Amino acid sequence: MGLLLPALAGLLFGLGLAVSQMMNPAKVLNFLDLAGNWDPSLALVMGGALAVTLPGFAWLRGRPRPWAAPRFAWPQATDIDAPLLGGAALFGLGWGLSGLCPGPALAGLVTGQPLLFGFVLALLVGYRGTAWLQGRTRAA
Amino acid sequence: MPPIPATEFTPVSALLGGLLIGLAALLLMAGTGRIAGISGIVGNLPETRGAEAGWRLLFLAGLLVGAALWVHAGPPGAVAVELVGGAPLLLLAGLLVGAGTRLGSGCTSGHGVCGIGRRSPRSLAATATFMAVAALTVYLVHHLLGA
Repeated sequence: MGLLLPALAGLLFGLGLAVSQMMNPAKVLNFLDLAGNWDPSLALVMGGALAVTLPGFAWLRGRPRPWAAPRFAWPQATDIDAPLLGGAALFGLGWGLSGLCPGPALAGLVTGQPLLFGFVLALLVGYRGTAWLQGRTRAA
Repeated sequence: MPPIPATEFTPVSALLGGLLIGLAALLLMAGTGRIAGISGIVGNLPETRGAEAGWRLLFLAGLLVGAALWVHAGPPGAVAVELVGGAPLLLLAGLLVGAGTRLGSGCTSGHGVCGIGRRSPRSLAATATFMAVAALTVYLVHHLLGA
């Protein structure tokens, strides 16, 4: 149960990225391109996902614990601070340049395109490099 | 910059896929108490061990299998992965996405699907920011510079 659930959740997630075509960067870029050949599909992807998570998470809030874990790991941070907005801006810049965010980039690996492996590797380097810098800043 | 390949508005598959993504996020929280934030799941994998690494690997393996099922066994032409731009651009974008999602504590799934889903003002602010910057970037690259 504890092992099956994350695998099943991942499977549904990957299937959702494929069915919705969110894993196609051209689709994402056309959604972001308000002044071009605008494709509103991704608004419905987000809408469909929120139609489940909004009522679903509200329901889970009232439950004592997950089915297969001791507690819910709800994020605790509430600050709207410079790292949050600066980080979101950097992410937005990379997303707008490529049409790729982390989930779709990983899902796209199943097409075997070498450039996508390069993107995911660069993503990991950026993520771990930033984590390392954050650790140094905190230690100093 | 090469132009963005044209795509059609696909409301039904978009909504269906979105429901599946929402269901996946709900299942992960209901079952294991975890947020389905892809940048954190994959980005923090190298510093985790044991059960903490296990659920992440299983989720990621499931994600690849789910995508592969539709790409390789789904209806022909149901989904394409059309990259726009060459290696230098995509590597730079990858670095930015990695650094930004670490600094900003999440991406489209963690802040968008899950954060807004739990009515977090912090995640709403992050989502509004990355959406706005991404749209502005596309405008700059494909209309102002690429004209």
